[in-house]
Amino acid sequence: MQAYLAEYLPILIFLGIAVGLAAIIVLASMVIAPQHPEREKLSAYECGFEPFDDTRGRFDVRFYLVAILFIIFDLEVAFLFPWAVSLGEIGMFGFWSMIVFLIVLTVGFVYEWKKGGLEWE
Amino acid sequence: MILAQLVFYLLAFVTVAAAVMVIAARNPVHSVLFLILAFFNSAGLFILLGAEFIGMLLVVVYVGAVAVLFLFVVMMLDINFVQLREGFLQYLPVGALVGLILLVELALVFGSIAMEPALGGAAVSATEAGVTNTEAIGRLLYTDYFYLFQAAGIILLVAMIGAMTLTMRHRPDARRQDIGRQVRRRPGETLEVRKVPPRTGI
Amino acid sequence: MNAAMIDLAPALPEVFLFVAGLVLLFLGVFRERDGLSVVNPLVVLALLVAVVLTIGADKGPVLAFDGHFVFDDFAAFLKVLIYVTAALGVMMAPAYLADARMGRFEFPLLALFATLGMGMMVSANSFLALYMGLELQSLSLYVMAAFQRDSTRASEAGLKYFVLGALASGMLLYGISLVYGFTGTLSFDLLARSFLVGEGAAALPAGAVVGLVFVIAGLAFKLSAVPFHMWTPDVYEGAPTPVTAFFAAAPKVAAMGLVLRLLFQPFGDWAGQWQQVIILVSVASMILGAFAAIGQTNIKRLMAYSAIGHVGYALVGIAAGGVAGVNAVLVYMAIYVVMTLGTFACILLMRRHGRYVEGIADLAGLSRHQPGMALILGILMFSLAGIPPAAGFFGKLYVFLAAVDAGLVWLALVGVLTSVVGAYYYLRIVKIMYFDEPAEAFDTMARPELQGIAAVAAVLVAGFLLLPGPLLSSAEAAARALLP
Repeated sequence: MQAYLAEYLPILIFLGIAVGLAAIIVLASMVIAPQHPEREKLSAYECGFEPFDDTRGRFDVRFYLVAILFIIFDLEVAFLFPWAVSLGEIGMFGFWSMIVFLIVLTVGFVYEWKKGGLEWE
Repeated sequence: MILAQLVFYLLAFVTVAAAVMVIAARNPVHSVLFLILAFFNSAGLFILLGAEFIGMLLVVVYVGAVAVLFLFVVMMLDINFVQLREGFLQYLPVGALVGLILLVELALVFGSIAMEPALGGAAVSATEAGVTNTEAIGRLLYTDYFYLFQAAGIILLVAMIGAMTLTMRHRPDARRQDIGRQVRRRPGETLEVRKVPPRTGI
Repeated sequence: MNAAMIDLAPALPEVFLFVAGLVLLFLGVFRERDGLSVVNPLVVLALLVAVVLTIGADKGPVLAFDGHFVFDDFAAFLKVLIYVTAALGVMMAPAYLADARMGRFEFPLLALFATLGMGMMVSANSFLALYMGLELQSLSLYVMAAFQRDSTRASEAGLKYFVLGALASGMLLYGISLVYGFTGTLSFDLLARSFLVGEGAAALPAGAVVGLVFVIAGLAFKLSAVPFHMWTPDVYEGAPTPVTAFFAAAPKVAAMGLVLRLLFQPFGDWAGQWQQVIILVSVASMILGAFAAIGQTNIKRLMAYSAIGHVGYALVGIAAGGVAGVNAVLVYMAIYVVMTLGTFACILLMRRHGRYVEGIADLAGLSRHQPGMALILGILMFSLAGIPPAAGFFGKLYVFLAAVDAGLVWLALVGVLTSVVGAYYYLRIVKIMYFDEPAEAFDTMARPELQGIAAVAAVLVAGFLLLPGPLLSSAEAAARALLP
């Protein structure tokens, strides 16, 4: 366990540096840069008026389709990692087991392609 | 080992704090960002437990895909979130009650493990020495659990079909670019030279 | 990685459905124009082939896939019932789908995959297999409920079903994880062995009992038993009628089969722990099913409450336990499925001026315009109410007799009383059809498949007394396979 966690120590240090550096940069710009807060600086530029309501635009539902197809293939790839690591151990049966799985998803992929789910129009 | 404990408390604290912020944040987009923070820290907790495969999956699948999907959904829905939050306090007692029940149950579970140590020990089986978590999963998943693995494949297929049937729309009026057709086009197909005598139309 | 692991023989019907699903998906997508009319009959055919394969298979009992899958007389009985029901459900759909302009070939395919999930459920021999089968079935059903995506009601139904179904799956998983945590295994065989009374295992660990209750709660949801029934009326009403017909029949059988196997095999020796829960759920379902249906005006909603009530009656048999109890549940589910399919075939024939109607009042005076359909629906209503000599009566009789034999006289009494209350609303439909001022006639439609299913269902239900033999004997064999 100890040795296993030690492998992740560099990542921890890396995260520490990242957080520290981010903090330093933000703090430094607060301390060093000249600050003259002024309400007008935050107002709408030049002409134009304050927005009446939320400026958030709606996304098209097609983004959702793309995202969910991405999740599905992401999961498919997630299944590939342990398979690749243990391929030497599980023999031909393990190999063909994955091929069947991939065939199922390939049929799904062909279905999507043919239906035009991957086209943006 | 002290470092591992420190890291555990740091990750656990940030996870809980981020989870609280998911509910408390006013802007739903911020909620999703806090959710991502919570996912990251839980991934760290999994790695501390020795389940590095699940930890990495959390980053790859949840942060990489699910959180993005959540962002899309938040941006896709045209909901007035201020209005949505108005009834929030009203449901607080019920939510708190459900949370309390789950807490009591967890306490009972851990309490009975403490009372009967034999039970708690029977459940856990660590991977063999020198075998990583990912490899241990791989040795079982594709052979011993062949049936369930293929079932997972079909479930993913059904998810694909479902996503396509529920959200795919054909827009016959949309103009599509067909490069092959553009290139194939000959002047003769579209251009026509006509002689127009004066004072008459075509 | 021995040879036995790739022995597909016990799971041949499921493997066939799996391959058929992939091939038909491929076929459908390359037949863009007439996808539904090509794929739909082929799905029906595939399901019927699966029935033949199930009947022909060796009913050992045999295990497959490292003990995750079991095939025995019990699974065979339920699978035949499920596959036939699903085939009929798919057969009823295309005309309505085409009318509602949602004739897409994905519909029969989703039904096929849902049915595959149901087959996996009744053959599940471990919690993992149980969960995978259940999720495959549920996911397909969620999509089917929302299939009419341009209708707000259908989308609402699908969303409601999905959110509450996900909650139920969460409860189920929580329960499974507790059971696993306290026993260290997910396999039904190992669980049954480790729970054997008098083999050192003094008592079921408290955590496993809590887990079992959570599992039952999650499954009660899929059965639409009270107090986890709240999705049923909305989904039944909101979903397109063929989807409701599909929902009401095969998935109920599969969920009931799952509950039976789970409670009688791994937890069979601990009936004392789960019996009260089942009794509570059963009584609540019977009472709610009887009273809440009275005020309904929509026939699909009425059928939803009817389904809740009928699940309550079937659960009486589980509470009774023993071969007689299991036998009664199986017979009850078979009869229930026939009645439901027949009734929904009639509902699908309710069309006026090209629009499908669902109000009970729309049936007024049906006997004047369409005496045949009125007679069929009348027989089915008598059977649903449990009035002799219709089949519904015998279904209830077996269940209540099993309960009396098991010493649960009061439970049988509650059942009889709620049946009397329930009879009111079934008979009200008969009264409306025969004695009320006639409403406008329905469109005359040539739908041989619907008319045929309704007529056969009515004949089976009315003539149950003459030919109960094959059903009773195969249910008996199934019950004996479950309880060796």
